[in-house]
Amino acid sequence: MRKFEYLRPTSVEEAVAAASRPGAAYLAGGTNLLDLMKTGAAGPELLVDVTRLPGLDAIEPLTDGGLRVGAMVRNADVARDAAMRRNFPMVVEALLSGASGQLRNMATVGGNLLQRTRCAWFQTPEAACGRRDPGAGCDARDQAGRSHAVLGWSERCVAANPSDFCVPLAALDAQVEIAGPGGRRDVALRELHRLPGDTPHVETALAPGELIVALRLPGAGAGFGRFSRYLKVRERTSYAFALVSAAAALRVEGGAILEARLALGGVAARPWRAVEAEAALIGAAPDAGAFRAAAEAALEAARPSGDNAFKIELARRTAARALALAAAGAPERMPALPASPFADIGAPAHA
Amino acid sequence: MTPRLTMTVNGKAREIALDDPRVTLLDLLRDRLGLTGAKKGCDRGQCGACTVLVDGRRVNACLTLAVGLDGADVLTVEGLAQGGALHPVQEAFIAHDGFQCGFCTPGQIMSAVALIAEGEAGDDPERIREGMSGNLCRCGAHRGIVDAVLDAQRRMAGDAQGRMGKDGERAA
Ligand SMILES: Cc1cc2nc3c(=O)[nH]c(=O)nc-3n(C[C@H](O)[C@H](O)[C@H](O)COP(=O)(O)OP(=O)(O)OC[C@H]3O[C@@H](n4cnc5c(N)ncnc54)[C@H](O)[C@@H]3O)c2cc1C
Repeated sequence: MRKFEYLRPTSVEEAVAAASRPGAAYLAGGTNLLDLMKTGAAGPELLVDVTRLPGLDAIEPLTDGGLRVGAMVRNADVARDAAMRRNFPMVVEALLSGASGQLRNMATVGGNLLQRTRCAWFQTPEAACGRRDPGAGCDARDQAGRSHAVLGWSERCVAANPSDFCVPLAALDAQVEIAGPGGRRDVALRELHRLPGDTPHVETALAPGELIVALRLPGAGAGFGRFSRYLKVRERTSYAFALVSAAAALRVEGGAILEARLALGGVAARPWRAVEAEAALIGAAPDAGAFRAAAEAALEAARPSGDNAFKIELARRTAARALALAAAGAPERMPALPASPFADIGAPAHA
Repeated sequence: MTPRLTMTVNGKAREIALDDPRVTLLDLLRDRLGLTGAKKGCDRGQCGACTVLVDGRRVNACLTLAVGLDGADVLTVEGLAQGGALHPVQEAFIAHDGFQCGFCTPGQIMSAVALIAEGEAGDDPERIREGMSGNLCRCGAHRGIVDAVLDAQRRMAGDAQGRMGKDGERAA
């Protein structure tokens, strides 16, 4: 690990001023940043520890029925919150499907939103990576690409965003509150992560020094309640990143879909909101045919970025199944294996 | 600048002078405080062998900077036993053969202590497997580990059915 200076400011203003210096980075739970500093993929000269900033560690109700979550609330505590479980169960399911009990105790809301891609070439400083080093090309381009994007990628970068949390947040139109050198502003979660285009190193909508202070889940999304699910396909049942995932929410009345939300994970450099699929569902009966048609619409623009064409069909099936799970409604108690395809068919046979 | 920290480690107050902010909690424990129970397996948060409790919560010590822990209360496997008596989770690991080579065991035990305290897995073996998935065992002792956690949680809950022994109740 390269040498760095460490600062623990006591106010947001002080933190923003410190982190606006070139070479500075915010340190929250450290579960992503320290890992990258150890591989050498990141080498900040100054760490600005924001974990003890006042006022960023609460979950509060909003007047519209939504919730506001401070950026320093740990992932495990978001998942334990009673109002979150009641109103936004797919957010809880997504969080509990990610990482491990230890990591969720450490990881913060802000850090989860801004965690970097798990692309192995990004994480390996010896590899060429235009996301890490502006203009450096992409050694991942001709690789098999199990973890790579099938939507929204470019010749310059095929990396996917690895966050589970962000997928239901995109479906729920979450807003991100930001404090920066120029004051406060909001960014829609759907606009927080950038598609790579010709500038893959511009990963997010944040300017240098900007700090995420909170996340708002609008009340409009609370109406889905238990008719919202997160489904995550991965290479082992627990403690693995998504190959493909989907967050789905439905409002059905009189046998017809009145409102639908669908977002996909593991398929693009941002959580992928599938608005075409949502439009295709309105007015339809909530059945397998409608869900498959919506899934087709969601993946319409997909194309393989390597030897990963299988992810396109996998994403269609995952989306259709997540919609079916949403229509059926989440069980009263969180499944033992959150977001797992095995969650609803009883325990898999263990050795 | 040499930051000075105060920390409680296994119930004892410690004054620590850190000459380098890069020191992780794991390196602090192992190399500077002589507490080698927590292990350095992957050093990247993937294996769980470094699991300890900070302020009562299980964390990966390898991804925690010591410099951020001023005022924290740290519990490692060395601090679990009371006097000569092993912690119920330690006893259960022995009774159920919850290990083979033993390298991952301190992390498994600390993780299990926290999992039981979190109170969300209860005595459902599937929830225990899920809750322990951040601790890998390359010997494949997971079956004994799950049995040990089940048994320890029952005993700690004061469940009359809880019992020790190699043939403690298996998962349904
Ligand atoms: C072994 C392993 C398995 C994992 N599995 C999963 C998984 O299955 N699913 C999943 O979704 N995630 C998974 N993760 C990733 C984990 O969720 C992230 O590492 C974590 O959420 C990051 O949060 P943090 O607080 O530790 O961030 P940090 O590591 O502290 O920071 C991450 C980045 O965000 C920046 N940052 C942090 N907070 C702020 C803020 N408030 N404002 C502005 N910038 C900020 C930092 O500068 C840094 O660039 C896994 C991680 C590991 C190590």
